[in-house]
This record gives sequence, structure tokens and C-alpha cells, in this order.
Amino acid sequence: MTTSSPRPINRSAVLGVSLWVGVLVLLSHWMGQQAYHWLPVQASNAAPLVDGLFSFETALGTFVFAAVVSVMLWVMVFNRADKYDDSDAVPIEGNTKLEVIWTAIPFVLVMGIAVYAMRVNHTLGVLGPMEHIHAHNSTEIQGGYPGDRLPAEQVEVIARQWSWEFRYPGRNVSATELHLAVDQPVTFRLTSDDVLHGFYIPAFRLKQDVIPGRAIDFSLTPTREGRYRLRDSQFSGTWFAANQADVLVHSQDDYAAWLKQASGQPLQAGLSLASEEFSQRQQQKNPGWATVPPAPPPQVNVPGSPSLPHDG
Amino acid sequence: MTSATFPADPKPPAGWSRYFGFSTDAKVIGIQYIVLAFFYFLVGGFLAMIIRGELITPASDLVDRTVYNGIYTMHGTIMLFLFIFPVLNGLNNLLIPTMIGAPDMAFPRLNTAAFWLVPVFSLLLVSSFFVPGGPAAAGWWSYPPVSIQNPLGHFINGEFLWILAVALSGISSIMGAVNFVTTILRMRAPGMTLFRMPVFCWTALAAQSLQLIGLPALTGGAIMLLMDLSFGTSFYRAEGGGDPVLYQHFFWFYSHPAVYVIILPVFGIFSEIFPVYSRKPLFGYVYVALASFIIVGLGLVVWVHHMFPSGVSQWMRDLFMGTTMLIAVPTGVKVFAWLGTIWGGKLRLTTPMLFCLGGLFNFVFAGITGIMLATVPVDIHVSNTYFVVGHFHYVIYGAAVMGIFAAIYHWFPKFTGRMPYEGLGKLHCLLTFVGANLNFLPMHPLGLMGMPRRVSSYDPEFTFWNVIASLGAFLLGVSIIPFLLNMLSSWIRGPKAGHNPWNAIGLEWLLPSPPPVENFEDEVPTVISRPYGYGSGEPLVEHQEEIERRLELQEATA
Repeated sequence: MTTSSPRPINRSAVLGVSLWVGVLVLLSHWMGQQAYHWLPVQASNAAPLVDGLFSFETALGTFVFAAVVSVMLWVMVFNRADKYDDSDAVPIEGNTKLEVIWTAIPFVLVMGIAVYAMRVNHTLGVLGPMEHIHAHNSTEIQGGYPGDRLPAEQVEVIARQWSWEFRYPGRNVSATELHLAVDQPVTFRLTSDDVLHGFYIPAFRLKQDVIPGRAIDFSLTPTREGRYRLRDSQFSGTWFAANQADVLVHSQDDYAAWLKQASGQPLQAGLSLASEEFSQRQQQKNPGWATVPPAPPPQVNVPGSPSLPHDG
Repeated sequence: MTSATFPADPKPPAGWSRYFGFSTDAKVIGIQYIVLAFFYFLVGGFLAMIIRGELITPASDLVDRTVYNGIYTMHGTIMLFLFIFPVLNGLNNLLIPTMIGAPDMAFPRLNTAAFWLVPVFSLLLVSSFFVPGGPAAAGWWSYPPVSIQNPLGHFINGEFLWILAVALSGISSIMGAVNFVTTILRMRAPGMTLFRMPVFCWTALAAQSLQLIGLPALTGGAIMLLMDLSFGTSFYRAEGGGDPVLYQHFFWFYSHPAVYVIILPVFGIFSEIFPVYSRKPLFGYVYVALASFIIVGLGLVVWVHHMFPSGVSQWMRDLFMGTTMLIAVPTGVKVFAWLGTIWGGKLRLTTPMLFCLGGLFNFVFAGITGIMLATVPVDIHVSNTYFVVGHFHYVIYGAAVMGIFAAIYHWFPKFTGRMPYEGLGKLHCLLTFVGANLNFLPMHPLGLMGMPRRVSSYDPEFTFWNVIASLGAFLLGVSIIPFLLNMLSSWIRGPKAGHNPWNAIGLEWLLPSPPPVENFEDEVPTVISRPYGYGSGEPLVEHQEEIERRLELQEATA
């Protein structure tokens, strides 16, 4: 950083800079390790890959940021004009060699990161084909399952204003919480009944917009048992913030048992915080600005519970 | 523009009233833009206080959810279309003609019209608070289908007024851009070749070219949105064969470059101010000037990075990740050039310099989170979370608004003839820097933990960082008080400013403070060297000593 100094190179300066660079490298490495703790628990096969990339970028970013700030602080402390010194500094207009270096190094760095990130993308391969579909016939899907259309391991996800419905075609099960088996690859078929939504499970590090008029195939493998949050991540209107669901990852035995038990349960109203709040709001005299009314809660076998503690 | 054959009128034209009427003088229009923009800065800031008040607790308990959604939508819209674009156009009006030695803008009446559209569309936008159903509430992106749901079914509704206001804002910006680009290309002082032009003008030229290329896409997209909302078409309605993702392409084709429209002039401000208060030439002037246009070229082909988790295929994600990454290179060139400029300088830590240093600090931080956001796998996790909100507030508030404050303090004496107070300025700078970091840094851990943006309530695990962010926001609210005090009191009774109080190099500093209506009038000096000749001892223009002696004489007799 100090090589642009107009003074002749002296040994103690080189030593000082090298020492400082060493300190920054250690700091950057430490920050890279810290980065893992800023993220939720790792609960899918994507999480370690994403976190590894994020940690690497944090370390690199820390080094760049700390180096720039070091130069700024050095200059602010040691290059101040004396109180009554009105004179100019030594005019250095540029240095082509330096300019080439600081163009080339960032270029190599960012292209390196891009290649790293592309590899992660292709390893994950989360995104399947996107198929344009016709609008749903709402009577067809009330409590029914277009089971003949889908492979058994596929879960159909239907997003609405403002609830999530999960269907297990072929198993005759539907729920307003998502149940998955640990270490079993699963493919979702994401559809929306009304507006854009975002299928986002932070503990899985994965997100995909749900787009009206399309069915999007989306695959992942949960790797840790527990209860996680699914959040709507694409603004969907009034109760966007309340459009959450729980994701339960079970052992394979428990998952099979859950499916069996769930298929025996009668259909009932699923979870929809929006519907509850909407009916309370209707009783207020001056509730606020206009809103679209929530879709009725989907009829499902398993509503689930909205208030149990989650792991991430 | 009046004919410039009469002798100069040494008195500045009469009083305050000229700021309230139709003027064709770029210096009056510039101040009109800036003052109106800061009025809306207070409005948008007030909305931000409500947002942070709601988010200081997990439950939705301060305002109704519909009200929250309307308020955050209007906060973003007001801050972008009624504050930051107008304030930058104000600086363009003040600085471009004076920096290049032009008497006024190329098309003064077009300039007047472009400005007066701002009060028109701003009133239209603000009036939407009072229509039945409330204002637009679909976010400043206004993504369909949410934006075209129109719950009450009225023809005049918040979203309708929002689209009209945004379209008019686009027309005003295009009128401004035509003027700025023409003025820079056609009206430079004799001898001022492109490579003798101050970097602020380079960045303004780059930014305004982006406006000309990008805005038609947004305006077209907005018109189709209006048709879908009000006339039952289905450009974006899936059930009618349309595609909601199409709108996202139109929107971001302009709105990503719009970020460069905002940040490029701020790079220009940094490039002007660092040399003055370091007493050194700008390091690598040619590279810095050209980097602006490399940013323009790349900035036009990165828009899909806003849509990585949307309906785009894998190869598009990879492609747009690559182009986005490349933007780091010309941007890095600029950052390193500023470091090269201050390195070994003779620094004066005045208010504008402190704002620039703080802005640079925040900008580098935002650049690093920007690289993180550009990489698809990380973006998939944090897109549409508070990580993004933190990132762009670091860019827009941390870097751009701080740069704008730096510019205001630096050029205030030139255009008002009065010196701002240093003590209040430094207090303002400190509160802004601390407030911005306290407000926006906590948004990054929140996003990493998985808190979506635009939520009116959240899970309790996000409480800690939200409380810190809200406290920072309230501090930012307070930070505006010393600024307003400083501006008002120094404009009314601040010490008189000389023509060049900072001992800066540039054509604008060879004009009296405030400059006469037609700036140099007939006697436009001939530029003979590059800008930023600090320490070289070379004059910027022919007969520079004579010009300065005359100005000093004028000031001594005044």
C-alpha cells in the first residue's frame, strides 16, 4: 500500500508495511471464520457451499476494507497540513505501473470469485425447468391432489395471499407446514395462486420466487433434523410479513410415520394468520388503508402450530 | 439566455423572490432544485422514522400493516424521485455551467420546464396519501401483480398517481439529461478539451447519458403497468397470457443504471474535493475520467442481478454475475485513485473533506457487500433480505448523501456568497457518519439471519439488531438539525465569502461569489492546462493572475 510513496524506499518502512499486512491477513482469516456464526444453522446440502463462499468473501473483503481504511487513517494522522501551512503538496499526477496493477489485481480477484460461485451454482443445481402453466381451476384444487401428474417424491407448494400450502401427491396428504425427510432429495413444484411470492428457508440458504403462471421445479436435500422457518421473500401485499410457515425435517422413519398418520386426518382449515388478523381488522372502525382480503385458509390434513420455537 | 453584449452588472440580481418564480438562470434553478429536494428529504426522513419506530418491536403495533406498506413505499419513492435525483440535478445546474465556463445551460427554457415538473409530480405523488385506499403500497419497484390489484377498484387510486408521478419524473429527467449532455459537449470554454474537463463534468456526462438510454425502458414499462392497472390489459397478468417477470426486466433495465446516475456524480464530487483539501492533483486523472464511461457500459448490462431468485434460468444468472463482478474493476480504479490523491498530501480536515472521507469509508464497505451480492449463491440467500437494504443504504446514504453534503458545504460560499460555519458542519458530519453506520450496519446481520425486507413484523430473534438500527435512524433524524441551522443562519448572516475561500483550482473559483447571471459573460478565459494543478504552479487559464487580481480588487472595494 505504501509503495506509491514519493520517498526513497527504506527498510524500516518495508518491514512496517509487511508486518501490518501480516496483521491484516490474520484479521481477515479470523473474520472469515466468524462469518459462519452470522448465518443460521446449516440444514441443507446447499448451506455449507454457500457459507464457504460467504466466508471466503468476508475474509477477502475484510482485507481490502482494512487495507483501504489503514491508508486513510495513516494519511489523516500523518499527512495533515500544519496549521498555517498554505503550501501545496508534491504534485504526483499518477503512476501508470501502479494503475495497471490496481486494475489487474481486482480483475483477477473478481473473476476468480465468479468462477468459484459458478461452480457452487452448478454443484447445487437447484433449478429445474420452468414450465408455463394455465391458471388454476380453483375448484379442482380445493382439497384435491393432482397426484397423477407428479412423481411421488415431489412436493407441490402453493403460495397464496397469505398462506402456504404443501401437498404430497400420491400420499393424499396436505399441510400448512412443510415436512421433509433428512438426507432425502426433494423436488418442489412451486406455483402461486395470485401474486409473486418468495419460497425462502434461511436455514437451507435457498430462495426461489414463486411466479403466477409458471410452475418452477426446485430441488434440495435437507441435512439436519429440526424445525425451521419458511418466509415469504417477495413482497406480496398487506400480510406479507405474516406469510410464514414452519419446515420440519424428520428422520426418515419419523417422516414415513408422519405421512401415514397425516393421511388419516380429516381436512380442516390450515394456518393463516392473515385471515385471523383480517377478521379482527374488519371490526375496527378505521382500520387503515385498503387491502385485498386474504384467501380463505386452505383445507388441509395437518395445519401445524405457528408458535413452537424454531432452530433457524 | 439574454444577449451577452452589455457590460456586466456587478450587483447580484434582486432578492429571494426570484427563487419562487420561473427563472431560466441555471444558478437560480439549481438552488430551487436543491431546496425543494431537501424539503422532500425531510418528508422522506419522517416516513423513515415511522418505519424504524414500527420495527423497534417485533409485532406490528405502531401502524396498521397497510399503512406500513404505504409508508415504506413512499419513503423509497420520495427519497429517490423527489430527493436524490432533484438534488443532483441542482448540483448539475450550479456546477456544470460554472465549471466549463458557459453562461448558462444550452436550453434555459427547457431547464425551467424540467424543474417545474418536479413540484407538479411531487404534489401528484404526495396527494396520493389522501385518495381513498391510501397511497401506492407495492414497494418502489411496484412489481405486478401486487401493484395492479387495486383493492377498492377506483379509477383514481394511489398506484395510479404513483405511476403518473414516476412517468412525469422520467420526462423531467430526460429533459434535464438532454440539457446537461448538450451543455457539456457544446459549451465548454475555449481550450477546455474533454481531457481538460473537471471530473465532475465527466461523471455528469456519463450519468446523464445513462438517463437518456435507460429511462425510455422504465417509462415504457410504467405505461404498460398503467394500462394493466386501469384499462384491463394483461402485459404482466399471467391469467391473460402476460408475464409479471417482464416488468422486472423493464424496471431494472433502468433502475440499476439509476444507481450509477446517483453514484457517478458523487464520484465526481469526491474527485473534485480530495485534491483541494489534500493540495495534490487528482491521481490518474485520465483513468478516473474514462472509468466513468466503462461503468456506464457495464452498468447497462447487469440488471438481471436484481432478479437472481426470480424467474431466470441458470445461464443468465452466471452471465450477469460476471458482468456485475467486472464493475468492481473501474470502481476500484477510482477508489485507489482517491487514495493515491490523499497519500502524501497536506490534508485539511474541513467539513467537506470529512464528509468525503466518511463517504469513501462507507462506499468501500458497500462495494464489498456488493461483491457478495453479485455472487449468485450468496445472493440467493440474502436477496430481498435486510442485507440488501443495508447494502444500498450504505451506497445511497453512506456514500451518495454524504458526498452531496460535502458538495453543499464546499460550493456553498460560491453560490450564496456566504461562508458556512465549520463547527456546526463538523457536528453534522459526525452525527451523520455515526448515525448512518449505527442504522445500516445492523441490517447486514439481520439479512444474513434471514429477515426479509419490507416486513411490518418479524420473529423475536431479530429484535436486538433492529433496536440498534432504529436508534441509529433516530440519530440520523437528529443529524439534520445542525445542517438546517447551518444552512439558514450562514445564508442569512454568515461571513462574506471571497471568490476562492478554499484556494481551489477550477473555472468556478475564478468567478465572483456569487457569480453574475451569465458567469464569465464575454470574457470566458481560455483554459491552458489540466484541472487539479495543485503544486505544479501552472495557471489553469490565460491571464489568470490578472483575473484574480481584479476579483480581489472587487472584493476589497465591496
